[in-house]
Amino acid sequence: MSNIKREFDRRKFIKGCLLGGVGLGILPTLSKMHEVLGSTEKLAEYVPEIRSYGMGINVKACIGCGKCVNACEQENNVPKDPMYYRTWVERYTLLLSGETIVESPFGGSRGFTDTHQESKILKSFFVPKLCNHCKNAPCVQVCPVGATFTTSEGVVLVDKDYCIGCSYCLQACPYGARFMNPITHTADKCTFCYHRLSRGLLPACVEVCPTKARIFGDTKLRSSQLTRFFRQNEIQVLKGGLNTDPQVFYARLDGEVR
Amino acid sequence: MPGQVKRLLIFVVIICVLFVVSRVLLVPEGFGKYGHYRATAIDTIIALPINYAGHIVCNDCHDDIAETKDASYHQGVNCESCHGPSNDHVQSLEEDEIILPSAPRDRNQCSICHAYSPAKATGFPQIDVVTHNPVKPCISCHDPHAPDPPSVIGGCIACHRGITRTKALSAHSNIECNECHTTQDEHMVNPRAFRPDKPRSRDLCGKCHAKGATSETFTKKVDMTEHGVGYLCWQCHFPHHPEAN
Ligand code: HEC
Ligand code: HEC
Ligand code: HEC
Ligand code: HEC
Ligand code: HEC
Ligand code: HEC
Ligand code: HEC
Ligand code: HEC
Repeated sequence: MSNIKREFDRRKFIKGCLLGGVGLGILPTLSKMHEVLGSTEKLAEYVPEIRSYGMGINVKACIGCGKCVNACEQENNVPKDPMYYRTWVERYTLLLSGETIVESPFGGSRGFTDTHQESKILKSFFVPKLCNHCKNAPCVQVCPVGATFTTSEGVVLVDKDYCIGCSYCLQACPYGARFMNPITHTADKCTFCYHRLSRGLLPACVEVCPTKARIFGDTKLRSSQLTRFFRQNEIQVLKGGLNTDPQVFYARLDGEVR
Repeated sequence: MPGQVKRLLIFVVIICVLFVVSRVLLVPEGFGKYGHYRATAIDTIIALPINYAGHIVCNDCHDDIAETKDASYHQGVNCESCHGPSNDHVQSLEEDEIILPSAPRDRNQCSICHAYSPAKATGFPQIDVVTHNPVKPCISCHDPHAPDPPSVIGGCIACHRGITRTKALSAHSNIECNECHTTQDEHMVNPRAFRPDKPRSRDLCGKCHAKGATSETFTKKVDMTEHGVGYLCWQCHFPHHPEAN
């Protein structure tokens, strides 16, 4: 008798749970449905384009003026204290002694002062760097919550409202292109100025570059400044061996550059 | 249907319902619309304000300046590269108080790009800021929107830009091209048909650098019978920018 009673109790309990669960589930689902429906209207403005954005960098043309770094800071409110950069310029100095010195004082934003005696220099050049917007982005793969993603245009972005700040992506990036934003405590990086692209403008760094050392465009169009750049130069990518398929392409890159 | 199967089915149904419910609750709105991410994140990013207006809008009102600049050496240098972010300026024109962009009148502002550095590309116009017309603001001689040098530099630079610029910054900056290359006037018009000489002998360099040569005393002298014998001088020294320790 007591056995049956227990059995009944359990059944009632499970049923109760089931109904309660369904009830609890339905209510917020309904309210959620409303939000989802509402937000589709808002999303209608954004039309994802099937494109493939990329940047070409002509190392020989860069004069290290740092205008790009400044423009990036001002356009994207990149935190200045402590120093963080979404794009930066490195100066490689190959000395006759065989030593290679890589410097990037203030990310190159204040230009460069000559620190080596010219007669000791074998050669010297500038290399602008930024997020490579890899097609096989390691940072996207490691993100545990899907807060970093690749858009249909091939731009790698961070969803700062959804990022949990775990820093996995900082570790995963072989190019050191990401940093923790000290204000939002979320991952931050170059967006190819996605907010400018959607307004038909060029990324800020490309806009201000005086020597066309940075070229922006669609890698799949036959006729664009970028594809002409591909045609006229031998193209290399950084750390090609890692198979990340970077979308930032370098011309006239010295073998010393890592 | 046996009781245990029924119970199992109910259990499976519960799991399914729980999964669906928690998925709906936990997966943010718009997730998966375009890919494995929140579609609304894109809206947030797109809505960010811009600070650089882009050079196209400037033409609407400053077409005179744009026209001059686009015909000048600074054609590749966009307005905001010098004037800084100017979207505020453009937006403010619809309001009462106009915000003006800064104008880089200082010498330092030009030197950011034009000061000599061995790391800059060969052929880019560079000056030694200390010796190039010191103290005077650059814009007193060069119009920033059409910075052509007030006097035309030589004739060879028109076609031999890289060499001329390289030489201009080297120890040989004061030696005229004609000192080493006898050039007929026809070369300037029909360059391939009338080629200038290219130096053939060590004596060309020796006339200034040989021990006992009549050149200025500060010109470094080498013993021609011992120094680099068997080679032409320019197999080791680049004649347009001679290097030495
Ligand atoms: C809608 C018209 C309009 C547009 C677009 C516009 N400007 Fe202006 N700008 C003006 C006017 C009008 C003045 C003159 C204000 C005065 O003289 O007091 C001015 C003045 C300036 C000045 C002079 C500052 C000084 O110190 O005298 C600069 C520099 C300037 N604009 C740069 C720009 C740049 C760069 C852009 C493009 C991003 C731009 N403007 C776009 C109307 C415009
Ligand atoms: C190489 C840097 C440089 C670039 C590129 C440049 N400016 Fe200027 N601009 C200056 C400087 C320097 C002055 C101050 C001139 C003076 O005070 O005599 C100035 C002055 C001005 C003025 C006010 C004085 C005047 O001449 O009317 C306007 C307007 C202006 N610029 C607009 C523009 C626009 C529009 C563009 C792009 C088409 C542009 N500038 C590109 C450096 C630049
Ligand atoms: C953002 C970089 C930048 C700034 C700032 C800048 N320039 Fe230039 N300047 C250039 C570029 C690029 C060229 C064209 C080089 C070429 O044709 O290869 C140039 C060309 C010139 C030339 C022509 C040289 C020649 O004979 O070919 C002069 C003169 C000049 N600039 C003067 C100035 C002056 C004066 C200023 C300050 C008002 C200034 N520049 C500021 C980038 C700059
Ligand atoms: C007193 C007038 C004067 C002033 C001031 C002046 N320049 Fe010049 N600049 C000239 C003349 C003349 C030339 C052409 C002859 C020469 O190369 O000296 C020239 C040539 C140049 C060239 C071309 C060099 C080449 O290799 O083609 C550049 C670049 C230049 N100036 C930049 C500047 C900058 C930057 C400043 C300010 C730091 C400046 N100038 C100040 C008169 C001036
Ligand atoms: C109208 C353009 C032009 C002008 C101006 C010009 N050159 Fe040339 N120069 C050329 C061309 C084109 C060549 C041939 C390059 C080739 O065929 O590889 C050349 C070749 C040369 C050569 C190499 C000849 C050879 O056999 O390889 C020398 C040296 C030379 N020029 C010196 C000068 C000097 C010095 C001046 C100024 C007095 C000058 N050039 C002005 C266009 C010009
Ligand atoms: C100190 C002597 C000297 C002066 C000054 C000089 N050159 Fe040369 N130039 C040479 C020598 C040496 C060669 C190499 C000849 C060879 O390789 O056979 C050469 C080669 C050239 C060439 C052939 C292209 C090449 O790289 O082989 C050109 C073009 C040229 N010079 C142009 C000029 C011009 C333009 C000037 C003036 C701005 C000038 N040179 C000034 C010594 C000089
Ligand atoms: C018209 C005279 C003259 C001729 C011809 C000449 N030079 Fe020079 N050379 C100079 C002067 C002046 C200097 C600068 C003073 C100095 O450093 O010796 C110089 C400097 C040098 C230097 C030293 C650079 C340094 O950093 O100390 C070398 C190396 C050199 N020349 C090699 C050559 C070679 C190679 C040739 C032949 C292609 C040549 N020169 C032809 C006048 C000349
Ligand atoms: C085999 C390569 C070689 C050849 C060929 C050569 N040089 Fe040099 N030269 C050097 C080296 C290396 C130095 C620097 C080391 C030194 O001071 O001895 C130098 C230094 C010099 C210097 C600077 C000396 C000083 O006191 O600093 C002058 C001037 C010079 N060479 C002129 C010439 C002339 C002129 C010729 C042709 C007659 C010539 N060189 C041929 C390798 C060469």
